[in-house]
Amino acid sequence: MDYLKETPSQTAGPYVHIGLAPAAAGFDIYEHELGFDPVSEDVPGERITVTGRVIDGMGAPVKDVLIEVWQADASGRYADGAEGFRGWFRVVPDFETGVFTLNTIRPGANGRQAPHLSLWLVARGINVGLQTRMYFPDADNSADPVLNLIEQPHRRATLIATGGKGSYDFDIHLQGEKETVFLDV
Amino acid sequence: MTLYQRDRTWHPPALAPDYKTSVARSPRQAMLSLEATASELSGPRFGHSDIAPGDNDLITNYAKGGDPVGERIIVHGRVLDENRRPVPHTLVEIWQANAGGRYRHKKDQYLAAIDPNFGGCGRTLTDADGRYAFRTIKPGAYPWRNWVNNWRPAHIHVSVFGHSFAQRLITQMYFEGDPLIAHCPIVKSIPDPRAIEALIAPLDLNEAKPLDCLAYRFDIVLRGRRSTFFENRPEGN
Ligand SMILES: [Fe+3]
Repeated sequence: MDYLKETPSQTAGPYVHIGLAPAAAGFDIYEHELGFDPVSEDVPGERITVTGRVIDGMGAPVKDVLIEVWQADASGRYADGAEGFRGWFRVVPDFETGVFTLNTIRPGANGRQAPHLSLWLVARGINVGLQTRMYFPDADNSADPVLNLIEQPHRRATLIATGGKGSYDFDIHLQGEKETVFLDV
Repeated sequence: MTLYQRDRTWHPPALAPDYKTSVARSPRQAMLSLEATASELSGPRFGHSDIAPGDNDLITNYAKGGDPVGERIIVHGRVLDENRRPVPHTLVEIWQANAGGRYRHKKDQYLAAIDPNFGGCGRTLTDADGRYAFRTIKPGAYPWRNWVNNWRPAHIHVSVFGHSFAQRLITQMYFEGDPLIAHCPIVKSIPDPRAIEALIAPLDLNEAKPLDCLAYRFDIVLRGRRSTFFENRPEGN
C-alpha cells in the first residue's frame, strides 16, 4: 500500500515555551501570542476557572509542562472557524509552583458526550504528547461514552475535577496510584 | 470521517530509560483506546490574521539592528497526511537554539553566548499545497544533563496542528550528516531506524540561494483520515 508513515514524535523538551509561549520564556516577539486570549465578554456561557498541577511519579509538580485545551462552546459545538469563541487555549503553569490556571467558559454537552475539556500535555520527558479529558463533578456524566469505557471507578474518577460553582481543581498524575487515564485516540 | 490508528510502535515509547527524565514522567497504565469523537476530530483553525508575515523569518523577526551570527539556512517542506494529501492552511511553529547552542529562555544557563539579534522562534501557515518555509540560522549542538557527557545534535523543534486535535504533533528536525545523531538518547528513544531517518532533513542545494543561504528539506506527515464507507454501529449496540 502506498501510505506514508506519520512523522515520529519527539519530546517538546524543557524550552517548549520559546516556540509556543514566548512571553512565558521571558521574551517579547509576536504582536499576538496564540492561545492566551481571554474569552471576550460577548461570548455566551458560564465563566469558569480551572486550577491544577501535573504531578510526576515522584510526587513532584511538572513545572515545565505546556497544556493545550480544546473544548466546545456553551451549546456543545466546536468552533467552525467563524468569529467568536475559538475554544482553544494554551496553559503554562507558574514555573516556581507548577500550578496552572485556566479561565474559560463551561462547555455544553456534545451529543451523548458529557461536557468536558480535551487536554494535550507536552514537556521534557514526555515523548509523545499525552491526551486526556477533564469532566465536571456537577454534571450528569452517566451516559458519557468515554467515561463508560473505563471499568474501575477509581480510574474513572481521575478524569473528573473536584470543586463546583464555576471553580474547579484538576490535578493530572503521570504515574502512581492516582495515575490519570490517558487516551489513545 | 475518522483517523487512522496511531502506530505507537513507530513513535518512541513513553518510558525510554536512557532518556532519564522519561522515567518519572511516563504513564505506566495502559492507555484507553477509543475511536476519535467529535472532540478529537475537530481542532482549532488558524488564519492569516493570527500571525504576521515576517513571523517565519528568524533572521529578522527578533533582530535588534544587526544580523544573527551563524549559518544562514532555509528550512522548507510540505505537511502531508498518511494518504499523501497535502494539509493546507495549518499552523507550523518552530523553536531552536542559536548558532552557539544557547536558547533564549530564562531557564537555559549554558555558557554559550546569547545572540542579541536572535529570538529562536517562528511560525507560519502552510499554503494550499501544504508547503511551508522558514529562514533561520543553523542551531548549534548543546550539552544537556542526562549522562555526564550528552550532547544534543543540532535540531529544530517543530509543532504542527493538522485539522483534528488528534493529529497534533511535536517533533524535532535533525540535519543530514550530523555525527551526534547516532549518540543521542532522545533520538534513540525511537526504536525503528527508518523512523529516525524520517526526522533527518537532507541538504537541498536546489533551494539554496547562491551567495546567501543553504537549504534543508523537511516533510512532515500527519495521521491520515479514513473514509466512512459504511457507518459504524454506535458503541454498545
Ligand atoms: Fe532542544
